[in-house]
Amino acid sequence: MRAVITVIGTDKIGIIAGVSTILAEAGVNILDITQTTMQELFTMIMLVDISKAVVSFEHLSGRLSAKGDEMGLKIKIQHEDIFKSMHEI
Amino acid sequence: MISPREILETINMISNENLDIRTVTLGISLRDCVHPDIEIASRQVYEKITRIACDLVKTGEEIERDFGIPIINKRIAVTPISIIGESSRGDMAQIALAMDRAAAELGVNFIGGYGALVHKGYTEGDRRLILSIPEVLARTKHVCASVNIATTKAGINMDAVAQMGFIIKQTAELTAESSSIGCAKLVVFANAPEDNPFMAGAFHGIGEPECVINVGVSGPGVVHSALKKLSPEADFSQVAELIKKTAFKITRMGQLVANEASRRLGIPFGVVDLSLAPTPVIGDSVAHILEQMGLEKCGTHGTTAALALLNDAVKKGGIMASSHVGGLSGAFIPVSEDAGMIDAVRCGALSLDKLEAMTCVCSVGLDMIPVPGDTSEHTISAIIADEAAIGVTNNKTTAVRIIPVQGKKAGDPVEFGGLLGGGVVMPVSNYSSSIFAQRGGRIPAPIHSLRN
Repeated sequence: MRAVITVIGTDKIGIIAGVSTILAEAGVNILDITQTTMQELFTMIMLVDISKAVVSFEHLSGRLSAKGDEMGLKIKIQHEDIFKSMHEI
Repeated sequence: MISPREILETINMISNENLDIRTVTLGISLRDCVHPDIEIASRQVYEKITRIACDLVKTGEEIERDFGIPIINKRIAVTPISIIGESSRGDMAQIALAMDRAAAELGVNFIGGYGALVHKGYTEGDRRLILSIPEVLARTKHVCASVNIATTKAGINMDAVAQMGFIIKQTAELTAESSSIGCAKLVVFANAPEDNPFMAGAFHGIGEPECVINVGVSGPGVVHSALKKLSPEADFSQVAELIKKTAFKITRMGQLVANEASRRLGIPFGVVDLSLAPTPVIGDSVAHILEQMGLEKCGTHGTTAALALLNDAVKKGGIMASSHVGGLSGAFIPVSEDAGMIDAVRCGALSLDKLEAMTCVCSVGLDMIPVPGDTSEHTISAIIADEAAIGVTNNKTTAVRIIPVQGKKAGDPVEFGGLLGGGVVMPVSNYSSSIFAQRGGRIPAPIHSLRN
């Protein structure tokens, strides 16, 4: 099962390190990372595989969101299907 | 991988443009709960609802969390209770109290189906149920009532129309202390759909399966934002095209959530209701979409045409995004629940007459309209008859959810709270319809109902 993590906010040192540490601890594999700036906001998008995760989706989501709060960023994790169903026919 | 632009578009729709799933509604048949003893029937109703729907709220919350899309309401619709309570001796309100307890236990805000279908006439059960509506709406918190008084096939039951004027007045009086809010939970329909997931008019029709998941989408804010980006020189073909594309995306979310809810609950999927359902929140208004098309205020000349285009484009865009479409499907115009409509009424741009015209081209009808508390029952009946005539003649659903707010006169502010919103009391005609409303009998079905 795959999910999309989005990080939106002001660019700063340690964003990728912070997020990927949480993912490594949770047993989540990173499949792809893109970074872009949208309307002056730093945006990082990660595609991850959560099928071998050792923690629940709820727990992972909570940890990422807490990390976001700590760094002044918005970090979300959502199942990939929401994007696929909206944008792919 | 999906492009970053697309991912951010989805996130922006949810975070900034109020895209949400308005309701996941679980329809439950109560036909096996019938019993001659009303106590036993009520207990069976309570037990069945709480058994079938025990995981509804939890599952809804899990879907919200996994996909990151808000599901505003998780609700329940049941078989019209006139059918369930008909065989029982005793007070039918007992079943409503059981429904209310079940809803509270499950954590759902509304449970629909305390209703009757009397478009051609009454059975004894229908009669008992309708008489109990005011008391039920005053004594319960979560129960919604609806009565179907007309269909294109049967015509309009004017005896029922006359009675519903009284019932609405009585409900307003019994709930006078809370802005007559009981009336916000009572819908009078023509051509009521059997699979509508939206309250207050949801019920589980008799042609429906044992239980079913129906989903209502929303997203006026998304359509409004998309139109804002369109150049003012864009013509109506471009406007319609953009709304279609946006509606497609919104509806895909509804279909995804419907499939997930159905799979996780092990309950078959019924329909997605292709709707633009506003809320009182700024940026979630259907009126603002119409204004974005170039009208200074919703309600001015051109509003009906703008709404017709919007309603049609939403359906065309949505139909391909969903495997089964049903319910009310169209733009809603509940006045007190739409910030733009409230403003338009307040400044005098939007009148009851214009709203009536608008109901010819969109889903539902005169919805969530506060009128003066001293509006007579006959005037209310005549308003219902007008709406029913529009529905019956145009082969569409229409409804009246009108609130004669006790102690208020035209122009007074009123507050219902939460999703029900608030606004300003709208004036009605001062000329009497009382002889018309009391004539009774049936207005025959229109000639074009004979389609065989």
